[in-house]
Amino acid sequence: MPSADPNAMTPDPALLTAIRSGDQDAMAEVYDRYSSIVYAVALRVLQDAGAAEDVLQDVFMQLWRNPGAFDASRGNMAAWLAVIARNRAIDALRRRRPESDIEDVVVSVEPDLASETDRSRAMDKVRGAMLAMPAPQRSALEMAYFEGLSHSEIAGKTGEALGTIKTRIRAGLVSLRKVLAA
Amino acid sequence: MSEHEQFAEDLALYALGSLDGAERVALEKHLDECAPCRHELGLLRGDLGVLALTAAGPKPPGRARQRLMSAIAAEPRLPVSAPALERQQRPWWSSFGLLAFRFAATVALAVVCIWLVRQNSGLMRDVASLQARLTEQADKLEHANQTMATLLDPDAKKIELVAAGNKPQPRGKAIYQRRNGNLIFFASNMPPLPAEKIYELWLFPANGGAPIAAGLFKPDARGSATVVNPPLPEGIEAKNFAVTLEPESGSHESPRGTPVIVGTGE
Repeated sequence: MPSADPNAMTPDPALLTAIRSGDQDAMAEVYDRYSSIVYAVALRVLQDAGAAEDVLQDVFMQLWRNPGAFDASRGNMAAWLAVIARNRAIDALRRRRPESDIEDVVVSVEPDLASETDRSRAMDKVRGAMLAMPAPQRSALEMAYFEGLSHSEIAGKTGEALGTIKTRIRAGLVSLRKVLAA
Repeated sequence: MSEHEQFAEDLALYALGSLDGAERVALEKHLDECAPCRHELGLLRGDLGVLALTAAGPKPPGRARQRLMSAIAAEPRLPVSAPALERQQRPWWSSFGLLAFRFAATVALAVVCIWLVRQNSGLMRDVASLQARLTEQADKLEHANQTMATLLDPDAKKIELVAAGNKPQPRGKAIYQRRNGNLIFFASNMPPLPAEKIYELWLFPANGGAPIAAGLFKPDARGSATVVNPPLPEGIEAKNFAVTLEPESGSHESPRGTPVIVGTGE
């Protein structure tokens, strides 16, 4: 990707435009920028380095094949890739075919996550909110998100009522929304 | 969290992929019809995307980058996915229009196919009919060619039959088409030509105009001769034809010699 300032970071939309035209260097730049996030999410879900590596490959190949699936005007690429990685990892964990096409995943992020500093600030907020949650609430949210368990599976695992699990998960998400909006 | 509080909890579970069964079906039906809930779903996924970002861990191994770049280099680039963008940006209700369009297009295609099959059958029948007519015309042409070849063949033996004891008289037969000026003339039993003389055929117009020269000819040893399509103007109504004996170069303007045979017209 040509750039007037060699130290300036090419914006994500410009990289995607280059990828659409088949620019492999642009694809490499996107990988260098976000592969750590995708791999970390996949590894957190799968707890297996080889399987996480497969998800990493799958996510970026999907982006290469269909860069138009991500709409830069409606979301943040880091968050979008993280969600795609999480969904693919859950699919792999449950040994099921991907439930949704990447085009169908719309991720609207209100806080600005364009720079690494922005992302770091947002992650600190979320980590703080997770730590501040009651343990059962945090546990329900993590089981649902990082283990891919349904609310009925969580209820069966914890012995809690279905309604309780639903309420805890929603309350956890409300907490996240509050700290991110602050 | 949502304008539709009754779906708020299910929406959170749906964003997590944790909603299943009838509740999932009911919510997806609601999402098809509710833009605010779809917006809320996007925000929830965004929150969860940030939650996913908190997953810290080691960096991927270097071989993963090489593996990806090799796969990309080996895979032919698909066309620009503008349609995918359009699909993503399309409002939810346009999917119904798209379905309706696809259905209408399928029906239209089926109708066109049926019409084309019928057209094809009709055309096949027309081709067969034209081929039959062509064969018939070719047969007629072959027959006409054979007739003409017989009539015009100089080696063909031409015998005039007359009453026994009578000396054969000079005879002529003119076949004339007024509309295009075509003329075929057969002469038989013509007396041998005197020195420096020639027979000349004349067309006498029905309107009383001057005779028109219609060709010079010399009979063969048996007194036979043929004149085929001499240069004549089109559209002249013929009253009669005549053959005169003329100087060897012909008279052209008007007959000067003695008539040898004169037609009676038909």
